[in-house]
Amino acid sequence: MQNDPSYFGQSEPSYFTSRLDEAIGWARKYSIFQYPFVTACCGMEYMATACSHYDVDRFGAGLPRFSPRQADVLFVVGTISHKMAPIMKRIYDQMADPKWVVAFGVCTCTGGFYDNYATVMGIDTILPVDVYIPGCPPRPEMVLDGLMKLQHKIEMQHTTGERVAPEPRPDIF
Amino acid sequence: MDNASLLESVDARFPDVTLSSHTYRGDATLVLRPESLVQVARFLKEDAALQMNLLVDVTAVDYSAFGKAPARAFFSSSGVAVRPSAQIPDVDPWPGPPSEARYAVVYHFYSTSHKHRLRLVVPVQEDTPEVDSLTSLWPGANWLEREVWDMFGIRFIGHPDLRRILMYEEFEGHALRKDYPVNKRQPLIGPQN
Repeated sequence: MQNDPSYFGQSEPSYFTSRLDEAIGWARKYSIFQYPFVTACCGMEYMATACSHYDVDRFGAGLPRFSPRQADVLFVVGTISHKMAPIMKRIYDQMADPKWVVAFGVCTCTGGFYDNYATVMGIDTILPVDVYIPGCPPRPEMVLDGLMKLQHKIEMQHTTGERVAPEPRPDIF
Repeated sequence: MDNASLLESVDARFPDVTLSSHTYRGDATLVLRPESLVQVARFLKEDAALQMNLLVDVTAVDYSAFGKAPARAFFSSSGVAVRPSAQIPDVDPWPGPPSEARYAVVYHFYSTSHKHRLRLVVPVQEDTPEVDSLTSLWPGANWLEREVWDMFGIRFIGHPDLRRILMYEEFEGHALRKDYPVNKRQPLIGPQN
């Protein structure tokens, strides 16, 4: 039946060619299922960004999953303490490949203004971070900027899992 | 009951347990001998004129660095001096540390019926950091005393379950003691320092 051209509602079956990497990258970058690992005040800004006003559905990232097994991107939002670090690592380990990590806010990037016995000085000491979004908290525009950088990274990633450098800043800055 | 009569009523009931007392910025404080803590606390709770039915907070102070080094302001590396303005007249001077002992455990009581407050301070020696527990009188003291144990390493005798509450079990030392190095970290996973 599928060999019958009228099955597709058209006279001739049509097709297009593409590199497999590009096709998969294009599909993946518009299906970012995030896992928000929200521990601190940056969560408020995350919620502001995730609400309809900024429309993250444009980037296919509008549907957070609250199970790591269904998520592609781990959003670490807020300060991570040494007590919390093994739990975050466990969440990351439960996610299926391919997976990406976004450090949301300056505390997750570097520890921020915390410099004490309790705080992890940047989650990149524990997890491989793909996109850093600094700010205390970052404005939604910065989050969207980071999300687009992540999209670029996902799109350019080879099916072998090899990562590419993020998109360079345009010269207008 | 106002502050003066609060202090007076405890003094009248227990004449020789008070090391010192003062009123600082509207809050009455009694510095007690450590062995008399439980009986004074029971009096505060059960006396009809006092009725301190709410234990607001239990905390501790480590005075070991007090007065030893000049106080360094936060963000001192930025070159911005952060210190109290000299123009503010100190009409109500701070009475200073409660005793020569290294630690002081501080209890804040409040009476929801009489709407008055009282602060008890118990000096704790460095070589025997122990105080009697108040969990038999206020069950809410349980977690507060666990926090003081976790952060300052002060044991509470008679506490039913004296475990760490904020830090993890593997943590060594007590983080808010002044001799805990400010840069020392004990990560569970990841690189060590």
